Amino acid sequence: MTRRKGMFRQVLERPLGVVVLSVLGLFYLIALFADFLSPYETSDQDLQKTYHPPTAVFWDDGGLQVQRYELADPEVMGYAKIEGEGAPIQFFARGFEYRLLGLIPMDRHLFQVEAPDRIFLLGSDETGRDNFSRLLFGSRISLSIGLVGISIIMVFGFMIGGFAGYFGGFFDSVTMRFIELVMAIPGLYLLLVLRSTFPEHLSPAQTFFLIVLILSFLAWGGTARIIRGMTLSLRNRQFVLAAEVLGQSSWKIIWKHILPNVFSYLIVAASLSIPGFILGEAALSFLGLGIQEPSASWGLMLSQAQDMKVFMLNFWWLLIPAAAIFVTVIAFNVLGDVLRDIVDPKQKFLNR
Amino acid sequence: MPDETESQSETPLLEVKDLKVHFPVYGGVFRRVVDHVRAVDGVSFKVGKGTTVGLVGESGSGKTTIGRAIVKLTHVTAGKIFYCGNEITPLNRNRFFPYRKKIQMIFQDPFNSLNPRMRVESIIGEALDIHFPGMSRSERRDRSADLLRQVGLEPRHLERYPHEFSGGQRQRIGIARALAVEPEFIVCDEPVSALDVSVQAAIVNLLQDLQQQLGLTYLFIAHDLAVVEHISDDVLVMTEGKIVEQATAREIYESPRHDYTKKLLAAVPKF
Repeated sequence: MTRRKGMFRQVLERPLGVVVLSVLGLFYLIALFADFLSPYETSDQDLQKTYHPPTAVFWDDGGLQVQRYELADPEVMGYAKIEGEGAPIQFFARGFEYRLLGLIPMDRHLFQVEAPDRIFLLGSDETGRDNFSRLLFGSRISLSIGLVGISIIMVFGFMIGGFAGYFGGFFDSVTMRFIELVMAIPGLYLLLVLRSTFPEHLSPAQTFFLIVLILSFLAWGGTARIIRGMTLSLRNRQFVLAAEVLGQSSWKIIWKHILPNVFSYLIVAASLSIPGFILGEAALSFLGLGIQEPSASWGLMLSQAQDMKVFMLNFWWLLIPAAAIFVTVIAFNVLGDVLRDIVDPKQKFLNR
Repeated sequence: MPDETESQSETPLLEVKDLKVHFPVYGGVFRRVVDHVRAVDGVSFKVGKGTTVGLVGESGSGKTTIGRAIVKLTHVTAGKIFYCGNEITPLNRNRFFPYRKKIQMIFQDPFNSLNPRMRVESIIGEALDIHFPGMSRSERRDRSADLLRQVGLEPRHLERYPHEFSGGQRQRIGIARALAVEPEFIVCDEPVSALDVSVQAAIVNLLQDLQQQLGLTYLFIAHDLAVVEHISDDVLVMTEGKIVEQATAREIYESPRHDYTKKLLAAVPKF
């Protein structure tokens, strides 16, 4: 056995790990600076420019220009370019006010155009809101829900799994049967039932935490079972027995001897459960039970694509949030896989 | 009161009376108890202060279970264990706590008995934390360094993790951890079985030196009669949960009576 390197360093030694970490790192950076990067607020409508396609950007007059469009066919929301006409893109100009990282009051934005022209890098939706801005703001919810969720399930999964494994007996049977009960009910239905037991309209923050709590309730069982199994085997290791012979209290044994030895598995289990949170939030918002308008989340943005019009008239840019969900979920799954390979090289060998 | 001092000197440090440890065997659909494994089945012996009692037997003979019963790592089905004349079997966790400082254990597998995620300093420091809560950080460090020296390691080893040591060195750390609480009685559960022969001798000698310096009492569990004979005053031979022969080390070696003891002796490699 050699000296264990930090898990993070080991991930960076693998090409797949570098790719995945860069993708996720980029996404989280974008989410952090969403208000600086986006030209419009999530609720900023322009009813003259609904279902606007992504605007072209060209170089003219010594600067970047955004193409002007006119509504050519109101029936099918067809826009046509006005040749030669553009509005200059302003960088670091003043726009809506926000607090950078929630602290520093600012009103500068990376880029924008002067009203009444608008820049829609990823098109606009049915009320003329900028899809790009909403995607960035929506990433805050979709990306943070997983992190908040895993902190909850790591704590509960470890505590309940650890106690069940360490003490065994009645507590063990009761919790494990309860987890099996929760797992036996199809997840999506349970999700909907739990959501519908709470009031439908809550403040965005309340909705967010409600969703996190419901999703954590559905997800902690798997982690708890893994931790219980590992605790059961650690419990009979001689260093745990030695601590018992020394008279160490059970709490401290769990804290000092069990936790450090299951922690890497805890991280793997957690990172593999992040996609569940992202998809769960997306599903709830898609069905209108999650984040409410005018806030943005990827699932909520997708719910607009339910409209037949979007499908028939090929407003493909409204499906971009799905691509974002796809990439994020894949990235977290791969990250979880890479972490598992690091923690448990044997399983890689057996599974493939 | 001369009477009392006399009776105290007669009281063995540890006395085990008719100890039984049975483990239930579950079977059938409803997991009912269908049978018991009689790991220890009516064992009695005494360990005098400052002596070493060897406990030999093959794997599965119940010798480790006896050791674990003494330190309350396993339940006791029947029988009594006395320490300094006080019965310790019925004590609960809290009331047994003072005995945790007096009775310690050295474990068999040095690769398994040290938490891989803790430095040597924390491993030994944990013992000090529990039983000397008043110690300051620097006192604890000094004491840990002393303990390492006592078992033949160096204070600089405090910074290291268990995987940086060889099997023999790890066993020394395990011994230092047991010594940290200043115990009177140590259950040595096959402390040398997992080690190379050359290292075995060094560890056995260390244990003997420590016994002389600190006046320790050992219950020395092993499956190797040669090792036991070397370190023990008295030897108990165990098989299938029962003690079949009980004599001084010399007697066992020179004139074994029970067939099983003869078999064990014949199995000792001759050089």
